Order: sequence, then C-alpha cells, then structure tokens
Amino acid sequence: MSVLKISDLSIALPKGADREHAVSQCSYEIGAGEILCVVGESGSGKSMTANALMGLLPEGVRVDHGTAEFGGKDILRVSEAEQRALRGDRIAMIFQEPMTALNPLMRIGDQIAEVYEAHNRHRPAERREKALELIREVQLPDPEKIIRAYPFQLSGGQRQRAMIAMALALEPELLIADEPTTALDVTTQAQILKLILDLREKHGMAVMFITHDFGVVAEIADRVIVMRYGEIVERGTAAEVLENPQHDYTRRLLDAIPTGMVPQSVEVAKAPALEIRHLKKTYNTGGGLFREARAVRAIDDVSLTISRGEVLGLVGESGSGKSTLGRAVVRLVTPDSGSVMVGGTDMAALNDSELRAARHKVQMVFQDPYASLNPRHRVMRALTDGPIAKGVPKAQARDRARELMETVGLGADAVDRFPHEFSGGQRQRIGIARALAMDPELIIADEAVSALDVSIQAQVLDLLRDLRQRFDLSILFITHDLRVGAQLCDRIAVMQKGKLVEIGPVSEVFLNPQHDYTRTLLDAVPGGGWGQAAE
Amino acid sequence: MTLWKRFLTNRGALLGLAILIAVIAVALLAPVLYPRGPWAMVQRPFLVPFSTDGLPLGTDTLGRDVLAGLVYGARVSLLVGLVSTLMALLIGVPLGALAGFYGKWVDEGAMRFTEFFQTIPNFALAIVLVAILEPTLTSITIAIAIVSWPPVARLVRAEVMSVTKREYVDAARLAGLSNLSILVRQVLPNTVSPIIVMASLMVATAILLESSLSFLGLGDPNIMSWGFQIGAARTVIRSAWWLSFFPGVAIVLTVLALNLIGEGLNDALNPHLSRKGRS
Repeated sequence: MSVLKISDLSIALPKGADREHAVSQCSYEIGAGEILCVVGESGSGKSMTANALMGLLPEGVRVDHGTAEFGGKDILRVSEAEQRALRGDRIAMIFQEPMTALNPLMRIGDQIAEVYEAHNRHRPAERREKALELIREVQLPDPEKIIRAYPFQLSGGQRQRAMIAMALALEPELLIADEPTTALDVTTQAQILKLILDLREKHGMAVMFITHDFGVVAEIADRVIVMRYGEIVERGTAAEVLENPQHDYTRRLLDAIPTGMVPQSVEVAKAPALEIRHLKKTYNTGGGLFREARAVRAIDDVSLTISRGEVLGLVGESGSGKSTLGRAVVRLVTPDSGSVMVGGTDMAALNDSELRAARHKVQMVFQDPYASLNPRHRVMRALTDGPIAKGVPKAQARDRARELMETVGLGADAVDRFPHEFSGGQRQRIGIARALAMDPELIIADEAVSALDVSIQAQVLDLLRDLRQRFDLSILFITHDLRVGAQLCDRIAVMQKGKLVEIGPVSEVFLNPQHDYTRTLLDAVPGGGWGQAAE
Repeated sequence: MTLWKRFLTNRGALLGLAILIAVIAVALLAPVLYPRGPWAMVQRPFLVPFSTDGLPLGTDTLGRDVLAGLVYGARVSLLVGLVSTLMALLIGVPLGALAGFYGKWVDEGAMRFTEFFQTIPNFALAIVLVAILEPTLTSITIAIAIVSWPPVARLVRAEVMSVTKREYVDAARLAGLSNLSILVRQVLPNTVSPIIVMASLMVATAILLESSLSFLGLGDPNIMSWGFQIGAARTVIRSAWWLSFFPGVAIVLTVLALNLIGEGLNDALNPHLSRKGRS
C-alpha cells in the first residue's frame, strides 16, 4: 500500500532559469514503512519535489502539472489551511542545517511542544510530558536538562536529533528528510542514520530520504531513485541500483565515489618537504571577571613530516584541529610553540617581512570555491598577483598563468574571465592553478573537494593525482572524508581533539587501524560494507 | 551592464533619477535663467504666485523672485550635499577600513573615537561648529561632514571585517602581498556597494542638515539656499504661504529623489537581498 503516490509531476522554474522544469514528469510511490532515497547531484531537482509536497516552493517556482496523492487527496492542490493541517501532523520534514533549522531563542522543549500547540493537541502540561518522551526516544542525553536547553548549547548531531523529535511529535505517516546528515561528522551521521532506521521500525512511517551520497544510500535505502536535470534516470531497489546500475549516469556517479579500495603506497624516502615538530596552539575563549576562560587545545603537541613528492592525508572530524594545523603550516595562524620547517626555513619563527618573502614556499587550496576567488578580479590577476609580488617579471607571470590554466584543463583563454563565469569545480581548478603559480614546495589542500559534487570531486582528484605525478608535488590533504583520503594519499594521519592519534601508510591505517578512534571513524563511513563488496 | 539593467527595472529609482537630473540641470543653468542672481529685487513684495507674468512663484518679503531663489538654492543644496558627503567618506572610509582590518587596539581606538562623535547629537554639534567657525559655505560643509562620518566608519568597519574573513583574502596573504595592498586592492573594492548606497542617502541627509542650519539663520548670509528662504519666510507663514511652501517642496523632492536612488542602488547592487525575493 503506498502512502504517497506522485504521478507525472512537473515543477516549472521561472523564465530565464537554466532549464524550463526543475522536475519534469516524475512518477513514484512510497509504501508504508519504506525508505525511498532520492539521489542526485546539486541542481538535479531532488529537493524541489519535497518542497512542493510541503508547499515550500520558492517564489516564482510552481507546480506545472501532475498530482501527489496522499491520504486520498492531491496535496499539491489543497487549500493553504488544509496544507497547514497536514504539515507536521501527517507529513513532517527535517532539514540539512541543524544549526539554522531551530529557533535560537526558544528552549528545545518549547519548540517540540509548539508542534502540539500548532495542531491543538493536548493540554500544556501534557505537551511537556510528551516532549520529554520524544527527547528520550531520539536518545538525547540527559532529557531533563535538554528540554530546558537552548539550541546553541547542543552539538550539531544533538540538534538534528531535536529536529527529528519535532518531526516525530505527531507520528507522521511520511517523513521527508532533506540531506539530514550532510552537515554532520561521519560518526554522528552513522548515529543519526541508525536512529532513523530504528524509528522507521518502531513507527512504521514512510521516509523520503534526499541525499547526494551513495554511501548513505547503501546504508539506509529500501528503494532508490536517481535524478538528473529534473528527470528520473534510474529506479529500483537499493541492491539493484548499487550493484547493477543500468543508466550511464548512475554508473558514472558510482564510479566517481571513492571506494574503500586502498592504493599501494608509493615508496617515499626523499628529503622532507615539511617537518612539524611539537606544534602547539591553544585558543582562549570567553573569560572575564567572573568566568574562567576556556582553553581549547586546537593543536596539542603534533609532530609529523611529509617527504618530497608525498601526499599526506590529514583526517578528523570537525573540531579536531586539522584545519588549524593546515593554517598553522602556512602561518595564517601563528602557533604558540613548536617549529614548522619547510625547505630549511622555520615558518613559525619568521617575522612579518621575512614571512612575506617566504610565503611562496607553502600554498593553499581552499574549501569554498565561491569564496576563495576575489569576485572583482579576473582570473589572470588572481594567478599573477602572487608571482609579481614575489618579483617575477609581469610578462613572464602572465605567460605562466596561461600555461597553468592549460595544465589544470581550463584553456589559456579563460584567464580573461571573472570567477562568477566558472562552475564550482572549475573554480577549484583555478584555486589549484593559483597555488601552483607560486612554485611552492608544499601545497595544503584544506577540504579542497568537500564542497563539490561526487562526479566533479572525482575529476578534481584526478587532476591532483595527475599534477602530483607531473610536478612531484608534496601535498598535505586535509579532509573529513576517509574515502576521499584513501584515494589520493600515500599516508594518513588521524587527528582527534588536537592530538595526532595515528599516522601510517594508507593501507595500514585502513586495513589495520591501531587506535580506537580510527576504528570508530572507519566503522562510521556510510556504505562501508558495500564499498568493500564492490571491490 | 546587468547592474544598470536591474537599476532601470526599478520604477521608483528611475523617477528619483529623473528628478535629480532635473534638479542638477536647473542648478547648472541658474546663471543662464536668471542672470541677475537671486538677490535682485524685481517687483513689489508679496506678489501671489501665478498672478504676474514672468514671476510664476511670486515674490518674497523684499520683492525678490521666489523661483530665482529656488534655482540658485538648488546649486547650494547640491554642492553642500555632495561635497560634505565626499568629505565624510574621506574621513569614515579609511578609519573604518583600518579598524576593521587591523582589529585589536587599532579597532578599539578608532571605534572609541567614533563613539565620541556619536554620543553628541548631530544637529547640536553642527550648530556649535558653525557658530564657532563663522557661517560660510565652507564651514557649513565641513560641519556637516564632521557630524556625518561616524556611521560610514562603522559600516566600512563591519564590511571590511566580513570580507577579511573570506578565503581569497587568505589566498592574497599567502601570495605574499603586503597588508596595505590586501586592504586596498582585495578588501575595499568588495565593500563599495553598501558604501555607495549609504553615500546616496547621506547626500539627502546633508541637504536636510544644511536647510535646517539656514532655517535657524546659521547659513551663509551671502548665499541663497532653500533653508534660508524658509527661515526668512517663517514670520509671514500665515499671510504669504508660498514663500515657505515652494522651497519646502524643493527639499522634499530632492531628498525623496536621492532616497529613491539609494533604494534602487541597494536593490541593484544586492539582488539577493532585494525585497522582491528574486532567487
């Protein structure tokens, strides 16, 4: 029996958009107690369907034709009042950003109770009881305390649990989850996925789970729908789609996913490109007359080396200090003590003017392709500013910039364009070219592919692999995604709470992890079991 | 190009632009239209508007042409508005930029200094300054600039702080650029849009301030301005309404035009924030 039946749904985009329909002629059903994963890359229209169901379409976007039958009614065409009654009661939704989806000024308990209030259920005292029950059910620690807590006092995972509690309040028949784990760490993600599976078991609700991550699909889906440019290109059970994909696009997406396959480490026995010794950095926050300052050890006595031509992966969850370490190496953050030796210079000990002269030794590729290029400067300027400041003649710097654009696969003519004319993946290539323009001894890639879609991610990783072979680059590759780390790196270093807990060749770390934390991380990788089965 | 297009789709902004262009044209053509200047007594006093040929807005208490006064007043208003705004920007932008970029004690110092000015009521300070400096066009302009730069400094500081956190600024640091060149070439150009919007609104405020000062008799006595006209007419406001009414309309229209342009620029420069909710 199907809970929701979508037939022939088309959603029109406003005129002048890159295509006519966000979603065109989609039909699918979700059965009671079934988890349907809608997979696709950004811009595939996967979230639009969910928004249409909830009546949350952005202005200018409207349902063109088609129906969505839920409980005997076409919910795309009911009145606003009926839709409001439906929302939260029989269909509930959880969102991607747990940081912004909760009202920062309301206590968690009140926010959950508000769902009852909106639907006129129970008396106020009972609402509180019920809220407490829900908090217990989603396994938030210390329910009595949490019910009185404000969102900022909770971690990302806890907030997502609170969101789920709100969604469950009225026992909906359908739960729409729009990338609910994308913003979370792997270990937290694994817990949330398990929670959703448990709750499905217990309440028998149908779940429409929107994601871009096939690992998550492998973990949770009963059935899968793959979308591209607003069209369904493939559908089937999870096993069918994952193991025997029919459509080219699905196959490409699956191929693009970094698998658990571990490459053979290259022998590296050359001189070190980077030598970090006993590096420490502590952040002091808060503090004042009446409160004790809180000290966060972002880097706690870390020592490691990267040989010339080696790629070292630095993995860890958010808050582990991995980015601070990267920024300390390039001296965007000044460490408290310890040394960072790059080609015989201690980057940590230079004064401002010496530092400026030594900057070119270490370059960085940033995470956000949209924030890492100055929107007002042409690419040429982004690529030549640094070399010119370093003393390279202008003409030579310009020639080199053109050459580098060829190298990263964008073509020499692209130098005269502005950043907004490029896609995310292309901008990341420009970022890489900018780093190369300085002829650095070491490149720090800080989550350089994390913001990209899987297929683009794979291309950028290919580029990095290719460049590394051609130019014998040394790279410190910072990532939260172990699968990505395994693809590119020779050795992996694992950080937790500012400490380096494990470092070793990729195969060692992945197949024979020594530290408990590394094991937890590896277990939490979504679709881990399936990834190995595919080998 | 697209910026210009977005601006042109905004009807209010277009209307504002049209009015402003008209005012500018009138101001520029003043000596051609009224070669005898605004002070010349042309007819007997208190002529009602539309009663005499050649004097559509009538005459004032001393028999001067009201329309000639308006036309010359436009010059003063615009001049004071533009110049004082420019001066305010010259003080506020560098101060705010340094405070936002260097942070720490530079920021503390600059902001406490700014607050010192902000704690004194604008208009009171302007009056005191003009009184001390003797009322001339220059001193009025300076006074207006001095009371209107603090919000600029605050705005620029906030913008610079937010832009400085972007990754391309980090990238510029890694490229070995000096702090000054990062601030001037990477950060400041990305803060211009809110500054432009604010400046267009500041011109309007400056015109109002100048009018208020003139109204109180603190204007330059040798210069005909809209505020002066209203101030001079206030004793006869019940018997000769037109003497204060028309300069008042001129002020309202000009300030309205500038505000409309400011709004239009704001929408055009920040399409994502515009109230129409374009995605």
